[in-house]
Amino acid sequence: MLELRAVTAGYDPKAPVVRNASLAVAPGEAVGLLGPSGCGKSTLARVAALLHRPDSGTLLLDGTPVRRWRHRAPREQRTAVGVVFQQPRLSADPRLRLTDLIAEPLRATGRREEAPGRVAELAAAVGLTPDLLGRRPHEVSDGQLQRACLARALVLRPRWLVCDEMTAMLDASTTAALVAVVEEYRAATGAGLLAVGHDHTLLRRWCDRTAHWEDVTGGTP
Amino acid sequence: MTCDAPAAQSAVWRSYGIRRRSTRTVRVRVSAALVALTVLAVLLVPPLAQLDQQAVDLAAKLQPPSRSHPFGTDDLGRDLLLRCVYGLRVSLLVGLVAALVAAVVGTAVGAAAGALGGWVDRAVMRVVDTLSSVPHLLLGIFVVALFRPGVVPVAVSVASTHWLSTARIVRAEVLSLRSRPFIDAAVSGGASRRRIAVRHLLPAVAPQAALAAVLMVPHAMWHESALSFLGLGLPTHMASLGNLVQGARSSLLAGHWWPTLFPGLFIIVPTLAIAGLAGAWRERISPRRRSELML
Repeated sequence: MLELRAVTAGYDPKAPVVRNASLAVAPGEAVGLLGPSGCGKSTLARVAALLHRPDSGTLLLDGTPVRRWRHRAPREQRTAVGVVFQQPRLSADPRLRLTDLIAEPLRATGRREEAPGRVAELAAAVGLTPDLLGRRPHEVSDGQLQRACLARALVLRPRWLVCDEMTAMLDASTTAALVAVVEEYRAATGAGLLAVGHDHTLLRRWCDRTAHWEDVTGGTP
Repeated sequence: MTCDAPAAQSAVWRSYGIRRRSTRTVRVRVSAALVALTVLAVLLVPPLAQLDQQAVDLAAKLQPPSRSHPFGTDDLGRDLLLRCVYGLRVSLLVGLVAALVAAVVGTAVGAAAGALGGWVDRAVMRVVDTLSSVPHLLLGIFVVALFRPGVVPVAVSVASTHWLSTARIVRAEVLSLRSRPFIDAAVSGGASRRRIAVRHLLPAVAPQAALAAVLMVPHAMWHESALSFLGLGLPTHMASLGNLVQGARSSLLAGHWWPTLFPGLFIIVPTLAIAGLAGAWRERISPRRRSELML
């Protein structure tokens, strides 16, 4: 269970972006979070991925409250949640080839020897050819880069996946392909999904249930 | 303003209208040639010439430039061309060592301050601000005065006053990189703080830091010359450009222009050439930041 309880978060304690938001994702469940632009969805997604410390409220991972955030959080907690961001250009280190980009979490967690096999497997799953794997981010399209970013999020086999507007920058066929990859991964591992977005049609089709921003925050704007 | 060149109006950012081409290529080529010449002279002349730069010939003292002494001779009859090359050698060595040390220290301090943030950042940057508020030359003189004259104290003095600007540049870069989503992705991928710094932050700031180091070479050479000119740098028997100018000061009033002019040119020309090359490189890697990394 990935559970956000009464989370208030933001970048200025006097004016929080997210007020009193509560949301739970059960294992194997896909939850879509819908909301208008600028309402704080991404901030909540960052809290759920342990990347932003909330001003108040708790995040529970399988009943364990998270006490430390970002690099101070225990590695098992951090890597239990995989994240895919909205803009692949900004979320990929421009100096790394796509192979290294995907393998980086394995190397960072000391599982270097698994890297070649896992990268080949994931590259095939997300539809990246060996030719593309040798290129750097500026040499591939946004869609191809987002495929690599999804592979990177899956490489450590996270128990939850947070997709923050993963498909907002992409065309319909890439969107369909990436959603299919996520669904395949979830079917194989039983991972939970928190998909954040503003596209009602996509999220209704993709997720088991969708939550509106007003419901999540209890009506407070 | 007359309207005889309507095409120039569309390109308002050009400092000289559309007819004059930018002198950039020429600048870069001239600078590269001069730097190459400097390096070759410094590396090849001493072993090939087999001449003693210290050879005193009192019969030929203060000779104006001639065929046998292209730069003339000084007040002890030593060949000025040879003295200048040896002086350039020492100045360049001090400049390179000081710039390298300053760049490494500055990068380490700046990256640590930027990456750790919080009170570490505030404390370190206040120290940097405090040291920057003291004039560099004054601080340099203070450091040199603590030691016996020599190459090492001068290099230490120049390095210890010049890592500050590199630290500022690197910290600013790191701060802007730290909030990018790719750092978030690395955190989420289980990377430790050290891994993020070594794998993602340092490679990203390396071009800026290297550029700061190269721009510091001419600055350090000037600093060395200034210290030597004040008699605080290298020991006076050692040919350094600052010492040569200092030694020639008295003969300038007697109408002997060559012992001042040639060492002076040896300071100015190589430093301008290095600065020219570094400037072109800077325009390539960060076209919008021309004003920030002033020499």
